[in-house]
Amino acid sequence: MIPDIFKIRKDFPILDQKVNGKPLIYFDNAATSQRPQKVIDRVNEFSLRYNGNIHRATHFFANKCTEAFENGRETIREYLHANETAEIIFTHGATESINLVAHSFGDAFIGPGDEVIVSEMEHHANIVPWQMMCERRGAKLRVLSFDEDGVLEVDQLDQLINGKTKILAIAHISNVLGTVNPISEIIAKAHLKNVPVLIDGAQGAPHLKIDVQALDCDFYAFSGHKMYGPTGIGVLYGKRKWLDSMPPFFGGGEMIDRVTFSKTTYNEIPYKFEAGTPHYVGAIGLAAAVEYLNNINNSLINRYEHDLLTEATHKLKQIEGLRIYGEAPEKAGVISFNIEGIHPFDLGTLLDQMGIAVRTGRLCADPVMDHYGVENMVRASFAFYNTFDEIESFYKALIRLKTMF
Amino acid sequence: MTIDEIQQQIIEDFSGFEDWMDKYGLLIELGNELTPIDPKYKVETNLIRGCQSRVWLHQDFVNGKIIFEAESDALIVKGLVALLLKIYSNRTPHEILTSEPRFIDEIGLRQHLSPTRSNGLLAMVKQMKLYALAYEKLSSKNN
Repeated sequence: MIPDIFKIRKDFPILDQKVNGKPLIYFDNAATSQRPQKVIDRVNEFSLRYNGNIHRATHFFANKCTEAFENGRETIREYLHANETAEIIFTHGATESINLVAHSFGDAFIGPGDEVIVSEMEHHANIVPWQMMCERRGAKLRVLSFDEDGVLEVDQLDQLINGKTKILAIAHISNVLGTVNPISEIIAKAHLKNVPVLIDGAQGAPHLKIDVQALDCDFYAFSGHKMYGPTGIGVLYGKRKWLDSMPPFFGGGEMIDRVTFSKTTYNEIPYKFEAGTPHYVGAIGLAAAVEYLNNINNSLINRYEHDLLTEATHKLKQIEGLRIYGEAPEKAGVISFNIEGIHPFDLGTLLDQMGIAVRTGRLCADPVMDHYGVENMVRASFAFYNTFDEIESFYKALIRLKTMF
Repeated sequence: MTIDEIQQQIIEDFSGFEDWMDKYGLLIELGNELTPIDPKYKVETNLIRGCQSRVWLHQDFVNGKIIFEAESDALIVKGLVALLLKIYSNRTPHEILTSEPRFIDEIGLRQHLSPTRSNGLLAMVKQMKLYALAYEKLSSKNN
């Protein structure tokens, strides 16, 4: 049984258009996804009819927005199966979430000589904040490598995690290789040695059902715009025991309890980490995206996405001179590749002329480029509104474009 | 020919194309024909790194004119580089500073000059202008 993709596509009005005179084929979902009408409507509803700053007043608009915002927080708590709503912090995206942890956890728990582990396949958002923190705190960054297939060398963790390791930060799914990392196993290994784990779920949250209690991760970060929600909003889940013991990241309104010039005390979680006016319309929109996802059959959708990946991989492998980077046994709908003799920029530009949107460049993952010794790659990434017909068109486009070089 | 006259000629060359494949085909051809930069100039100091494509730009100042040599690892960018060299190489600093590469927009390729970090081409044009500015200042100091 396949999901009714025709019906699902109708939920996403942006898909029905021509780009450069050709029907749009949007294969850049790992960069950002599209929004269903329900999310657009919800955001518009609040912008048009109920806009009032949250937590700060008692008037009708303020109450309406505050209620929707906090209900949204509960919707996300439920979606992640987190223990309590206070453990759901709204941020501006996965990047801010990770920076928050690096900074605040760093301040609380990391000192000279300590170590932080990231993997070689991480997006810069899950490398640079840790590098910056290590430099500030005199700590050292260690790297867990991956093999030719794009599989993490998890056994290395037994040596890498030592008495100085303070935290481990790993992607749920690689934005370049598509690898779905065995995070349960990794978390278990880390916890045996009392090391907490942050999971970068920017690619994980759109494609997998997340249960933070089952995973037992200490932090989970993701972005709204990659999972059919608005831009400028994201989430950090953190276990209370960590969030309570971490100092605030940004200072300002809302995150305080009482301010005097001699001393200021801070609010409880989640507000301690939500300084200033949040993107409340964005949070409300993200909750609508989660509600949308709750209403479509997840196992069917997962199966469909997997079949899209299988078909795309099969077709691309028929193209002479095409090399796929990352062929892990557990993989999500991301295919990064190069065609011999054709620069990714050239390919991406010409695919765009044919209405096909892919990503080209270094994919915010310099270490992955270095691992394979390439300057850049082409990346096609799928969502559940893509179709087998689109994959066929993509394959035919690549064959046609090859003749131009 | 002046810079503007050459730009006009380029615009005319490209105006005949109805089909994007022909337009990009010509760019790719121009890219393939571009004389490779002397390998000794393909160095870090001449590299303009964008994450979409890389561009190398070398310059010499001879008899009051700037001679540019340039190259890219992406063919379409190489084609645009070839066109930019046609208008900007072997020109006085003043000529370079007082003209804009409007032909790129007129031939429908404005997106390739977009001011994103990824674009080596826009950075190359800026760098050419910076060289022109520097030489113009140097020349007026010496006079």
